[in-house]
Amino acid sequence: MKAFTNIRLPDGRAANVLIDGERIAGIGGDLPAGAEVIDGGGKLLAPGIVDLGVFRVDAPAFRFGGIVRAALMPDQSPPLDDPGLIQRAAYSGKPDIWVHPLAAATRGLKGEELAEFGLMKAAGAKAVATGRHWIPDSGVMLRVLSYASAFGLTVVAHAEDGGLTANAVATAGETATRLGLPAAPAVAEAMAIARDIALADISGARIHFRQVTTRAGFDLIRAAKAKGLPVTCGITPVHLFLSDMAVSDFRTFAHLSPPLQSEADRQAAIEAVRDGTIDVIASGHDPRGPEDKRLPFADSAPGAAGAETLLALSLNLVRDGVIGLERLFELLATNPSRILGLDGGTLAPGAPADLILVDQDAPWRVDSDKMRAAAGNTPFDKLPVQGRVLRLFKGGREIA
Amino acid sequence: MSDARMFPHRHLLGIAGLQPHEIMFLLDEAEQWVELNRATSKHDDRLRGLTLINAFFENSTRTLLSFEIAGKRLGADVVNMHAAQSSVKKGETLIDTAMTLNAMRADMLVIRHASSGAVQLIADKVDCPVLNAGDGRHEHPTQALLDALTIRRRKGRVHGLTVAICGDVLHSRVARSNILCLTSLGADVRVVGPPTLIPADVARMGVTTFTDFDAGLDGADVVMMLRLQMERMTGGFVPSLREYHAFWGLTPERLAHAKADALVMHPGPMNRGVEIASGIADDPERSAITEQVEMGVAVRMACLDVLTRRRRGVEGWA
Repeated sequence: MKAFTNIRLPDGRAANVLIDGERIAGIGGDLPAGAEVIDGGGKLLAPGIVDLGVFRVDAPAFRFGGIVRAALMPDQSPPLDDPGLIQRAAYSGKPDIWVHPLAAATRGLKGEELAEFGLMKAAGAKAVATGRHWIPDSGVMLRVLSYASAFGLTVVAHAEDGGLTANAVATAGETATRLGLPAAPAVAEAMAIARDIALADISGARIHFRQVTTRAGFDLIRAAKAKGLPVTCGITPVHLFLSDMAVSDFRTFAHLSPPLQSEADRQAAIEAVRDGTIDVIASGHDPRGPEDKRLPFADSAPGAAGAETLLALSLNLVRDGVIGLERLFELLATNPSRILGLDGGTLAPGAPADLILVDQDAPWRVDSDKMRAAAGNTPFDKLPVQGRVLRLFKGGREIA
Repeated sequence: MSDARMFPHRHLLGIAGLQPHEIMFLLDEAEQWVELNRATSKHDDRLRGLTLINAFFENSTRTLLSFEIAGKRLGADVVNMHAAQSSVKKGETLIDTAMTLNAMRADMLVIRHASSGAVQLIADKVDCPVLNAGDGRHEHPTQALLDALTIRRRKGRVHGLTVAICGDVLHSRVARSNILCLTSLGADVRVVGPPTLIPADVARMGVTTFTDFDAGLDGADVVMMLRLQMERMTGGFVPSLREYHAFWGLTPERLAHAKADALVMHPGPMNRGVEIASGIADDPERSAITEQVEMGVAVRMACLDVLTRRRRGVEGWA
């Protein structure tokens, strides 16, 4: 037995948390005799973060960021479209983190032929994902959704109409026009969401839009939820805290997919966190070195290393009064865990003891030169933030 | 006597960031070179001993030639580097190339590249002044300066004139730099073209947009035509050359909508019979196209001179 004492929980309670082996035994009550006591120093004890959609298994960055479980996107080399590859990916985080691979929706992520969802599920895949792009052929997307529903797998979709976004690297608007960057209208997102919700509706599939970033997109998600459809969506901190203004000066660390949107859309994203439209906040962790980023903007690869900054940036939502701490950990742990069909992401008795001890107020400065991640491509470079993970436990065992 | 306060910039990466008086300063500086270039002996030695490298990562004939002549007339050692687009497509190569040029102790780099922002990327890595000779769809500042100089010499002013910039604005760095330059100098700027070739929210740059060519030309003092790049046809931006010419090509009938003394400009090279009818392009009364080329050399001499003053230890600039 282990017992955490002198801690606060996300719901504000101060209570002991008891661990039996790899699982949470209970909350509250006295310290059992003979238990190994861990003094939390009055800090926050929360469920470890379940990061829905990372592009690289990056243990040092995950450890710093309090990420205990990471759902790995199928966009690997080669793509995760085969049971053997899924199995290997599922082992790639051991022993320090859980890696939950997402099966490629189509062979080679080409958007043409269905991949072997059933065999990949048996090999450890927790959901099916379209990858970095949408599936252009609506017929194929319908079959992906229908087939996935037979195995109870959620389809994780990328919401951008590829016909509109073709060569675009920015959202159409004043910034892209001034910089002369190829741009696509923001409605590309709503176009894809509208189609995929319609297809999910007739196929009965569960669909999760990994990133929704525009007002029109949130409106569609809200309407689908109001109809009772099994639709969920996520976002990463970049779209919550930056708008396309961050692209001025051609900063390639702000080259993202989907691109940074207008300030009005950014504010709509904050609203969507507040009113519950957004279910998940994830890192979208995509470390990219100079070979991908030290290029002219349009030639650079999209993506940001987000694992280390996920928690500290998300805590801004609590400090700004958008949501409470308890809700924040639903977005960071409980909901992604549920969408992936995992056992965890909560402090409920019987759940795996995947826990983080957090100093919510600890100040630090994001520094792209000193990141633990495989690369330091963060658009938040030099930003002062607050909140840092002190200790991390996976299945009751501390990860140093 | 001028000093560094007149132009406190290390590089010339774009018109964005320049104050109106700084633009006027460069135009004023260019006037002396117009005179020199018209003289029999076209030589000044102020850049003697300095190495000017024209690094063109995108094909160009006229702009490269213009910079080469400008550098030579000022006495610089001019080296042209044509980097085939294929070999510099991968990024580290671009930075590596920049570092190589830097290590060769260039005193001034003139750079053209097919990607927006590429010239700034290089400028951030090198020790010498960098002049943007066109980056992607972003900016082409010396073109805007030479256009402003041409207008100022022909019309006596820029302020208060109505200038219609016509054609493929979406893909045009010339249009972006001209919008910034002309609005900064107080002109009333319109952009005119098919809706598929007008960038989103361009009105936020202080211009009025027209898709009807005749309405856009109505009462204009200056008609600035842009080159239609042939590859836009395959991109499906316009249905055909003949349709483009029928609706957005400058013909004598169309030009009649502009003021009687309206000036016609084109940055070249022209697609005769597409965006502009030959009769207009060749009419010395209406067309300032060859004068633009002439002003180009003078403006580039002014920029090379001003940007190297600090390096040359010119009094008030060092």
